Amino acid sequence: MPGLEDLYREIILDHYRTPRNRGELDPPAIKAEGHNPLCGDEITVYLSISGEGDEAVLDDIKIGGQGCSISQSSASMMTQSMKGKTVAENRALARRFKSLMGIEGIEPQAGDDAIDLGDLEALEGVMKFPVRIKCAVLSWNTFLQAVDTGGGTTSTE
Amino acid sequence: MTFDQTAVRKDFPILWREIDDKPLVYLDSGNTSQKPQRVIDAMSHFQEHTYAPINRSSYRLAGEATDAYEKGRVAVARLINAPSVDEVVFTKNATEAMNLIAQAWGRANLGEGDVVVLTEMEHHANIVPWLMLVQERKIQIRWVPLTADGQLDLTNLDNLLDGAKVFSFTAMSNVLGTITPIAMLCERAKAAGALSIVDACQFVPHNVTDVQSWGADLVAFSSHKMCGPSGIGMLWGRMEILDAMPPFLGGGNMIDTVTFDSFTTAPVPMKFEAGTPPIIEAVGLAAAVEYLEEIGMANIRQHEMELSRYTLDTLKGRFGDDITIYGPDDVQLRGGVFSFAFRDLHPHDVSQVLDERNVCVRAGHHCAKPLMKTLGVGATTRASIYLYNDTADIDALADGLENASDIFGL
Ligand SMILES: Cc1ncc(COP(=O)(O)O)c(C=O)c1O
Repeated sequence: MPGLEDLYREIILDHYRTPRNRGELDPPAIKAEGHNPLCGDEITVYLSISGEGDEAVLDDIKIGGQGCSISQSSASMMTQSMKGKTVAENRALARRFKSLMGIEGIEPQAGDDAIDLGDLEALEGVMKFPVRIKCAVLSWNTFLQAVDTGGGTTSTE
Repeated sequence: MTFDQTAVRKDFPILWREIDDKPLVYLDSGNTSQKPQRVIDAMSHFQEHTYAPINRSSYRLAGEATDAYEKGRVAVARLINAPSVDEVVFTKNATEAMNLIAQAWGRANLGEGDVVVLTEMEHHANIVPWLMLVQERKIQIRWVPLTADGQLDLTNLDNLLDGAKVFSFTAMSNVLGTITPIAMLCERAKAAGALSIVDACQFVPHNVTDVQSWGADLVAFSSHKMCGPSGIGMLWGRMEILDAMPPFLGGGNMIDTVTFDSFTTAPVPMKFEAGTPPIIEAVGLAAAVEYLEEIGMANIRQHEMELSRYTLDTLKGRFGDDITIYGPDDVQLRGGVFSFAFRDLHPHDVSQVLDERNVCVRAGHHCAKPLMKTLGVGATTRASIYLYNDTADIDALADGLENASDIFGL
């Protein structure tokens, strides 16, 4: 078995212990919920977006709900990387991150390779623990659900 | 010690397995149990020597196969003290047995506004089939609440049962370990004119079961939790009730005759066994029942009570307020499943760290999401024991938890 230190890197534990951007945003912020039926994790993503279409800017993002160290730290790092960027940039970031997690069926687009994942690279070790991949991508899928449909519920299954 | 623990451990080949040169510590029997060599051999032997269709063909081999399948039924009837072997119906699992009840009995007997009483500690298998009838037929569900230590709060039971058509409850919670007062609950249901249904999935594998002394109407349980193979479950019911019920699934094996525009059903139990049943599994199940009987259900219960005491004392002794174990502390009132919250660690992380030491536990909602809501948690970690576990397994669990706090610096 790969060592637990591959999974629980210090930066991940840091985000788990002190999650960034936790909380709620009042309407008209977009709110989406994500569930992992396997372990019962539930995450809520709130987005405050100004502007229209792909050039709209994510002014603020907050995370609610509860989950394991992997889903919580992934969500926390996600908020840090996304805040202030455009929706198009954040979609690209999500593609890049999901590819890092080995999620199949993602069509890379020009420029994706150049995206710097920063702290998120620390989640690479999750790949060695396949059951935890769902935890790592939960907040990302919930984010995509929010921007694609303007809210609602998504599930890892 | 009530039986030879070392010998029993040796009966289960998977427990000899090492992963990363470390022994397996299997503490997930509440989920599914491991299989003794005897069950594995019985199934192989049957396939090598006797396998054939049952109930359909007239050659001798088919007759032998039919007898072997029926031996499974005889074994189960004996194990639970059923008054008649024909009252044991084979299904795919306990979940299918519960659906059979809700669909077959429910369709014939429940309509708009009819009340089904459940408890807040039920498994989804005893919730969702009824919720389906809420959607389809607008039946109503009433819930028996819990006490602070995870027992049924029966203060208001008579009111809840007033006018109810069904009282369906677990004999032992798969999350809390709580053993419910089964015979008393059946009696109260009867007094209220309600059908009593017992989810005995967690109970039958670990205790002496006597469906007659319970006075229950219908009882469901699964082979895979009692040393038998997966793929076969059981419904026991009083003949009078099974007889009056319409069939569940339709097809071969369950009919008496079929014409272009109608059919009549075979007698119970075949009426409820549509299609080719789990033949090999019934043979394995018979071997599992014989194995359990040889050790003795009372001895298994005794062993598990002792090990439960050890588990509760070890975990509470080593971790004090840092661990919350749900359910009663009195081992007379509970079986060997221990759901707990440990420090601020998420169950998924706990089980991950334990897995590094080959300690297998379940993390999650345990198919009891409403109960998780009552407990005010999203998930728990659950360790569950069986006859093959010993104090070394519990020590490994406790050591693994210690390691988990080190890793997370808590
Ligand atoms: C209390 C209880 N009821 C029902 C079930 C469902 O059993 P099966 O999955 O074998 O159908 C289980 C198993 O998890 C259980 O623990």
